[in-house]
Amino acid sequence: MSAFKDTMIITQRQLRLLTRVPEVLVFSTIQPVMFVLLFRYVFGGSIDSGQPGGYVQLLMPGIFVQTVAFTLAGTAVGLAEDLKKGLIDRFRSLPISQSALVVGRTLGDSLLNIVVLAVMGIAGYIVGWRPTSGVISVGIGFIFLLLFGYALSWVGIYVGLSASDARVVQNVSFIVTFPLTFLSNAFAPTTGMPRALQYFAEWNPVSTMVAACRELFGLENQFGATAGSFPSENPLITSFIYMIIIMAIFIPISVRKYKRAAD
Amino acid sequence: MKSVIAEDLVKTYRNGAVRALDHLSLDVEEGTVLSVLGPNGAGKTTCVRILATLLRPDSGRAMVGGIDVIKHPEKVREVIGLSGQYAAVDEILTGWDNLVMFGQLYHLGKKEAIARADELLERFSLTESAKRPIKTYSGGMRRRLDLAASLIVKPKVLFLDEPTTGLDPRGRQEMWRVIEELVKGGVTLLLTTQYLEEADQLADEIAVIDHGKVIARGTSDALKKQVGGERLEIVVEAHNIAKAMEVVANVSGNKATLDEGLRMISAPVSTGATALIETLRSLDSAGIHPLDVGLKRPSLDDVFLSLTGHAAEETPVEEVTTGRRKKAKK
Repeated sequence: MSAFKDTMIITQRQLRLLTRVPEVLVFSTIQPVMFVLLFRYVFGGSIDSGQPGGYVQLLMPGIFVQTVAFTLAGTAVGLAEDLKKGLIDRFRSLPISQSALVVGRTLGDSLLNIVVLAVMGIAGYIVGWRPTSGVISVGIGFIFLLLFGYALSWVGIYVGLSASDARVVQNVSFIVTFPLTFLSNAFAPTTGMPRALQYFAEWNPVSTMVAACRELFGLENQFGATAGSFPSENPLITSFIYMIIIMAIFIPISVRKYKRAAD
Repeated sequence: MKSVIAEDLVKTYRNGAVRALDHLSLDVEEGTVLSVLGPNGAGKTTCVRILATLLRPDSGRAMVGGIDVIKHPEKVREVIGLSGQYAAVDEILTGWDNLVMFGQLYHLGKKEAIARADELLERFSLTESAKRPIKTYSGGMRRRLDLAASLIVKPKVLFLDEPTTGLDPRGRQEMWRVIEELVKGGVTLLLTTQYLEEADQLADEIAVIDHGKVIARGTSDALKKQVGGERLEIVVEAHNIAKAMEVVANVSGNKATLDEGLRMISAPVSTGATALIETLRSLDSAGIHPLDVGLKRPSLDDVFLSLTGHAAEETPVEEVTTGRRKKAKK
């Protein structure tokens, strides 16, 4: 029980940081909103989506997934900074549950995602995004997105504890996350890619997540996915399995790495 | 009763290539202050991190407050306070936020945590800046807040790792005042430092360490006797050097030495301020006006020189043990 309380106190700290530095919240929302506008108006006119309601219907799930994927970087950078400043030493010298700090941080970063996703949803609505599947399916879609972000923030914990400098962590996270979000069906059909890339993009967790969200938001069109491939036929199940695998691997190794952070 | 016991601690890094602690043993009597004095890389931080449960030794035994550090780290954490050479507090949060958060993490109720935070802020003269983010604090204020955070549950044993490194003289004085008050309150304190002056000021006993081993131990008076007392140093204009050398040699009773580049004459003295006054009088009556004059107390370098025959050298060991924090300080 006290482990739970410790975790909540750390989560509160994450949230208090947002009220103390509102810029963080502003910039973590401005970037995805900017992507919505850029893609909607720059590519939207020239990409033939074959989708009633236009490209924006396909685009929004893509941008949602891209945004939660960047949770990885946020968590990693925050933790690397705590480590650098010696804050982790202090937490580790306290008589608290040794995993409270990392669990609290992943939860706090997920709460930030709720706010960011809400703002993006509104921005999307303004530029014409209209999910057609009904409130419950859309709700499940967002829960799926949050869960994906949560799983990735555990990868972020591992990355944050592994590097020695916050700027390195920032760059590493970016270099990993950026191609992953673009080598996918998020912004353009995968059928236009070279064969090998296409294969990669089909199985990319970002693609399966995007496809899953499109399904949950009521879209029929899978945007040029290879017909018959398992991940594009079963995006929901595939995404779910990916999340379970990510958490099953990264929660234990991240917690262990944290406990040995100083050795 | 001994509140802290370390026996034969060994810690190596890089698979044994770097030996941070080499069979280090020390102990601290309950209610007293032990200062661990040594240069960068001597193993001070590694020693504190092991005693504070942050690091496991390769071999050896350590007890804090009667509890085995290796077998029951979680119990040791309940009786210790730790404050490092960096301020380990959240820079974005305010001082008050930090103390309330740590209070809650020490499992005080919210009300109790708030009351304790207010009390500590008051005691460390931080009430006025309580609601400002830590990043606006001066170095000295950060260290005081960090110290306050380590005192939330009135620890039995307090570890302070280089509490004044990097502070300006004023910050250092303030920190000393705060630590002296703590010591009066009866806490058992293990303090590491690079400054002999600091050890002298705060500690009952001093353990000098070098290359991961304790090489000398005793009260500050005993150590100083070993090192030799103060040195008188004066700087004069070039044409006065010969005469001034004579004066200094007379007062000191020893041979005066000259650093020609600095035009500085120095000699060991045993009578401190009296020797200083005597020298100035003689110089004055000889019509010599010194450009600079002072008494130099023995430094860490002097201690090392006399104990080990080599100067307090900088080895890269500390870089390995605390590489992350070293970067943070730059």
